[in-house]
Amino acid sequence: MTAFESHFPPMNTRTHEVCGPSAYAFAFALAGRVCRTGADTVLWVREAWNGTQLNPLGFAPYLDPQQLLIAQAPSHIDALASAEEALRSGRISLVVMELSQPIGLTEGRRLQLAAQQGRAMGLCILPEGMGSNAAQTRWHCAPVFDAKARADSTLQKWEIIKNKSGTLRAWNVKWDAQTCRINVVSEAAQR
Amino acid sequence: MWFPRLPSDRVLRARAQVTANDNRPFVLTHHEKNTDRIYCLNRAAEAQGLHRGMGVSDARAYCPELQSQPADTVADARFLQMLARWSKRYCPWVGLDGADGLMLNIAGSAHLFGGEAAMLDDMRHRLARAGLSGHIAAANTRGAAWALTHYGRAAHDDIRTLPVAALRLDAKTDTALQRLGLRKVSDLLALPRATIARRFGPDVVLRLDQAMGAQDEVITPMGEVPHYGVRLTLPDPIGLAADVMMGTERLLVRLCDKLKEQDMGARQLQLTLRRVDQGAQQVELRLAAPMRDADRISPLFERGIGAVDAGFGIDQMRLEATQVEPLLNAQITTATASRPDGLDDLITRLGNRIGLENIQRLLPADSHIPERSFQIAPAAYSTSNGAWSRHRPRPLKLFPPEPILGAGSQPPTRFRWRRMSLTTGRSTGPERIAPEWWLPDEAWRTGVRDYWYVETREGRRLWLFHTPQNPGWFVHGEFA
Repeated sequence: MTAFESHFPPMNTRTHEVCGPSAYAFAFALAGRVCRTGADTVLWVREAWNGTQLNPLGFAPYLDPQQLLIAQAPSHIDALASAEEALRSGRISLVVMELSQPIGLTEGRRLQLAAQQGRAMGLCILPEGMGSNAAQTRWHCAPVFDAKARADSTLQKWEIIKNKSGTLRAWNVKWDAQTCRINVVSEAAQR
Repeated sequence: MWFPRLPSDRVLRARAQVTANDNRPFVLTHHEKNTDRIYCLNRAAEAQGLHRGMGVSDARAYCPELQSQPADTVADARFLQMLARWSKRYCPWVGLDGADGLMLNIAGSAHLFGGEAAMLDDMRHRLARAGLSGHIAAANTRGAAWALTHYGRAAHDDIRTLPVAALRLDAKTDTALQRLGLRKVSDLLALPRATIARRFGPDVVLRLDQAMGAQDEVITPMGEVPHYGVRLTLPDPIGLAADVMMGTERLLVRLCDKLKEQDMGARQLQLTLRRVDQGAQQVELRLAAPMRDADRISPLFERGIGAVDAGFGIDQMRLEATQVEPLLNAQITTATASRPDGLDDLITRLGNRIGLENIQRLLPADSHIPERSFQIAPAAYSTSNGAWSRHRPRPLKLFPPEPILGAGSQPPTRFRWRRMSLTTGRSTGPERIAPEWWLPDEAWRTGVRDYWYVETREGRRLWLFHTPQNPGWFVHGEFA
């Protein structure tokens, strides 16, 4: 339990990466956790061709949709440039980048520096296996089917698969809509 | 000044070969009661026997080589405004007279042009050179000037000899007067005033007095339209980005002062950099919120100025607020002091890279259709407000419905979706959502949808729907 608290939310002023089918849930849980006050803003940078629509009614339990700005970048480069500018501005608490191509070491490092300068957190949602070496941590998130739980189960497996300053670990977590927080479910209960 | 052919003159003026077209019949048309009618015509068309209000097809029958174009009354009004601004060279007191005339109060300024007659000659000459046919006359009263421009034959006709219609009467009164044999203004003047008033109402007497100068009539001058543009001419051409930035800052300070005077804020700015070789480069800046703070705007120009090619140097800079919005002075309180102003600047910066309308926010909408329960609005032109209703769990992402194989009204136990074979572990539903019949939507042609929350044994939690009226199963969204 305490181990999870020390890993989540991940270190501020850094960029992190997340992959896997539940990456959206991770991003929104993190956004909700980072942006507790109404003045905080999350910028969600995505590439304009992406047909998948963020559903505000779906993520409203995690984060007030008013706090979210969406930037539809025409290309991969524009997405990275916009994210960098937003990180550096100091007005945005969390920048989520939804990318379809791997980012190189140079771009990753630039994002790190921008995050440091603007005292913001960056999160890249990347396809599996496309991470950059510059990221502070990389998470893999996948939903888990829980045969015994109630119907509205949100059980997921969150796993740190890269960590620059710590160990790799995995947790089974559950989103608690009442308290708006992530609860860790003991491993033993799963077996 | 009366411009009897203002609309057609305006259009013909804009054409490239004015002189070539001049003697060919030309009409402007407008659509009225299901037919195209002549709105305005040039002299050549009038010579062919055409007249206003005539059907265009009839006119074509008379005159096969007729050229025509639809009329644009908004542009005409703008053109008249422009003419009014031009005529301020003669006197400051200029008013519009209907849709095709101008009224100038030249008392006190005529001597500057060498007298009334010389001034009128100058006007005629300049208008003729500009390709405008105008009737110009000067008189002691506004009514008399109107009468002379519209009905006068010679330059200094006596108003008494003009027909009664020259008194700006409506058509009905005019006909009534004509029927009584009162054809000229002098006929009307010979009658006792009480008789005219009793018979035709006070309007005729008023117009008569106005024309003769017994009753005052003022010209309402046009207000000065505020113009938000400043420029800077440099003695030596500059080429360094830092120098251009410095010049822009200077211009911005002046522009912002102008904006402040009028309680306005700029929404869109255009910086024109003229080069020594007569080329011009433009930098556009669209702001996410109305602004008039030079210190905040100038860093936003950096990116645009960096992309400018200075060539042999820039010797003239011009900054114009092409779009302004009212921006009142706001009181600084504890509530507004912490307002995230910097967010607007960030939206501007991002917007200048990827387009201001591509920075979006989500607003609640009143609909139960999942795709329409929210609106996507450009963040720069909307404010975040409104409450989000949460009744049932909704997926985090929505995508266009993807068909899967399935039969019956229960979710399929095994199905393939996106090259994965999935097994239904648990399903919750159905929740029936009916299409909004008052809004036609292609995607909802298949009728009502029964939505199911399906948890697969593989983990993925999907939002499936079944269309009972047109059997089929689709995946529409994915939960956390």
